[in-house]
Amino acid sequence: MKVLEKNDVIKVALAGNPNSGKSTIFNALTGGHAHVGNWPGVTVEKKDGEFNYSNHTFAITDLPGTYSLTSYSIDERIARDFIVREDQDIIVTVTDSTNLERNLYLTISILELGANVILDLNMADIIEQNKIRIDVDKMKEVLEIPVVLTSGLKMTGLSELKKRIVEFRNNQKRSFKIDYGRDIEESIKRIELELENIKSPYPKRFLSIKILEGDVEIIEELKKMGYSNAVDTAFREISKLEKKFGFDIETEIVEKRYGLIESIIHKCVNKAATIEERLTTSDKIDKILTNKWLGIPIFAFMLWITFQLTFTIGGFFADYIDLFFGWFAGLSSGWLETTGAPQWLLSFISDGLIGGVGSVVIFLPNIMILFLLLSFLEDVGYMARAAFVMDRIMHAIGLPGKSFIPMILGFGCNVPAIMSARTISSERDRLLTILINPFVSCSARLPVYLLFTGIFFKRNEGLVVFSLYSLGILVAVLSARLFKSTIPKLKGPVSPLVMELPPYRLPSLKGVLIHMWERSSQFLKKAGTIILAGVVIVWLLANFPLSAGYASEASLIGHIGKFLAPLFKPAGFAFWQASVALFFGIIAKEIVVGTFGTLFGGAGNLSTALPHYFTQLSALSFMVMSLLYIPCIASIGVIYRETNSWKWTTFSVAYSIFIGWLSAVVIYQIGLIIF
Amino acid sequence: MPLLYGKPGKQYEIVSLFGGRGFSRKLFEMGIRPGVIIKVITNSGNGPILVGINNSRIGLGKGMAGKIIINSISIKEAKAI
Repeated sequence: MKVLEKNDVIKVALAGNPNSGKSTIFNALTGGHAHVGNWPGVTVEKKDGEFNYSNHTFAITDLPGTYSLTSYSIDERIARDFIVREDQDIIVTVTDSTNLERNLYLTISILELGANVILDLNMADIIEQNKIRIDVDKMKEVLEIPVVLTSGLKMTGLSELKKRIVEFRNNQKRSFKIDYGRDIEESIKRIELELENIKSPYPKRFLSIKILEGDVEIIEELKKMGYSNAVDTAFREISKLEKKFGFDIETEIVEKRYGLIESIIHKCVNKAATIEERLTTSDKIDKILTNKWLGIPIFAFMLWITFQLTFTIGGFFADYIDLFFGWFAGLSSGWLETTGAPQWLLSFISDGLIGGVGSVVIFLPNIMILFLLLSFLEDVGYMARAAFVMDRIMHAIGLPGKSFIPMILGFGCNVPAIMSARTISSERDRLLTILINPFVSCSARLPVYLLFTGIFFKRNEGLVVFSLYSLGILVAVLSARLFKSTIPKLKGPVSPLVMELPPYRLPSLKGVLIHMWERSSQFLKKAGTIILAGVVIVWLLANFPLSAGYASEASLIGHIGKFLAPLFKPAGFAFWQASVALFFGIIAKEIVVGTFGTLFGGAGNLSTALPHYFTQLSALSFMVMSLLYIPCIASIGVIYRETNSWKWTTFSVAYSIFIGWLSAVVIYQIGLIIF
Repeated sequence: MPLLYGKPGKQYEIVSLFGGRGFSRKLFEMGIRPGVIIKVITNSGNGPILVGINNSRIGLGKGMAGKIIINSISIKEAKAI
């Protein structure tokens, strides 16, 4: 292949409505495995990829789904800013051909911006099934841009898409004009006059229309650039027009765009897909799953099944891994002894590596099963339904239904869950959703529950774990109520639900398995990096000073533990190992288990060692503490990034430690009275 | 009548939207606008409502559904669409 020149790189952006199949096209083009979920907001951050085609390198960006160039939430803002600000060679608008009217709205808006656009009519396979014909040539003619039919699912039309991108990459950007009618057009002209000589990447016409539409960001920017006059003129024009028309001008502008789209569809499509087609199966399922009475019980049942299976099937395999580690530990130490390896190395291998990291890795099967089931629920399209049926309850709590999606995602990991709150348009609701998310029990807490219930609650492990998950949700919900009624910034009405529900799709087994493996391998990677590091620190601190004896109270780690232990006296676990485990658990929750493993000499010994320290009751209060205090360093980082405030980050950390401690104490003290 | 009282399985025409500027704007851009035919899929009465518009399915909270005014359309009209 020819050596590629730098200027051969073609910059392409994919834009489109949520659920239009953008990510599928992105994967098909790049050969990548970006996660394609089936709920609104799968992509909350832009994704970059690269591929080569006929001596050209394409740098391609997948943008979060958006309906228009007006941004209501952060993910939409990311998409809009990228389309508006970054200098792309070409923008491919991916549209769902079965829902052209609404999908073309975005394409038209981007064209008005003066961008170089290729229209990708995606889901061609489905319109074919429904015998809908789109006259592609006619559409090219009407819109004066290249139009390509593709099916991301069936992988058709992709090479034509690539060909067109190469062909049209240097196409002159051309302004696309919609006729808004005489009155509005005259107003646009008057505003344009005020924008004379403006240095802006956008056409003057685009800016004028945006001010008429009341686009807050554009207005602010123009004011900053010293064009307040233009803004004032626009406001005068708006009130003049509204007096004349008797309704607001922004909806009139939207209507005009739709008018144009309707005429395009009328010219190019033989028949519109009717409501009766395509989604009927989906609707039938929805009649049951989103039913007034059944919706919530079904959701609760699904969660319960998820945890039961995580427990039983995962546990079955975990026992074998446990046996394997036991066997391996014996074998390796036997072999090392024969080679005359130093004592410290023996201890490092058996206590640190196998004891510490091994006691965490044992739970890989449970975590894999949990991820498998969660991935299935996501990919099948149930996630959005869960948020839908919970809307009523969430509303009563003071949260929008949409913030339920971050809560379910939290069962996997709080980090992406907190990021997914970006789809919530109200800043107040988003902040609230972020602040309560750490209480949703993530998969990293699971090893702690599995270890303790396996020892102390042998007969009803499933029930105890399910209760812990429920407690996490309950604390999240109660905290939301508390915050709403006490923190001025979080007070106010809840934004009502408007959310697109994707059709149910039976995901391919391969897709679900890949999705599961992506997340499970993250767990393994974590075990090999951050958990290992944590465990090594624990092991080192347990060894020094050398005179003290390994993992004794006089070791460094013993000192740290003894310093913290009195705090936990009212919670029933005032011994130093527990405090140390919780302390290092801040790095990552799995380290709680890893620390016990390191200090007590491996998973095998834990079942005999821990009952010396914990009673059934204090084991429960310890699990509650583990559930509720700070999830991990990474979650603190993401809270800071998403709130952009140390104040809220510190608040979240301090609040969660306090609530964790308080709940553990309350449970222990009440338990003491009852039993 | 408000969409809140729409019956599951029935089709309606949207007549108008009440509410602030941002409110109707967002709905417009999602395809919920006067003149459009919608079908109510599920309606729990006091909770969210699931409606079909063209081929998309949109969940609307109670607050939203109260601000969307609909008109029932005859079966003949519904068939013609």
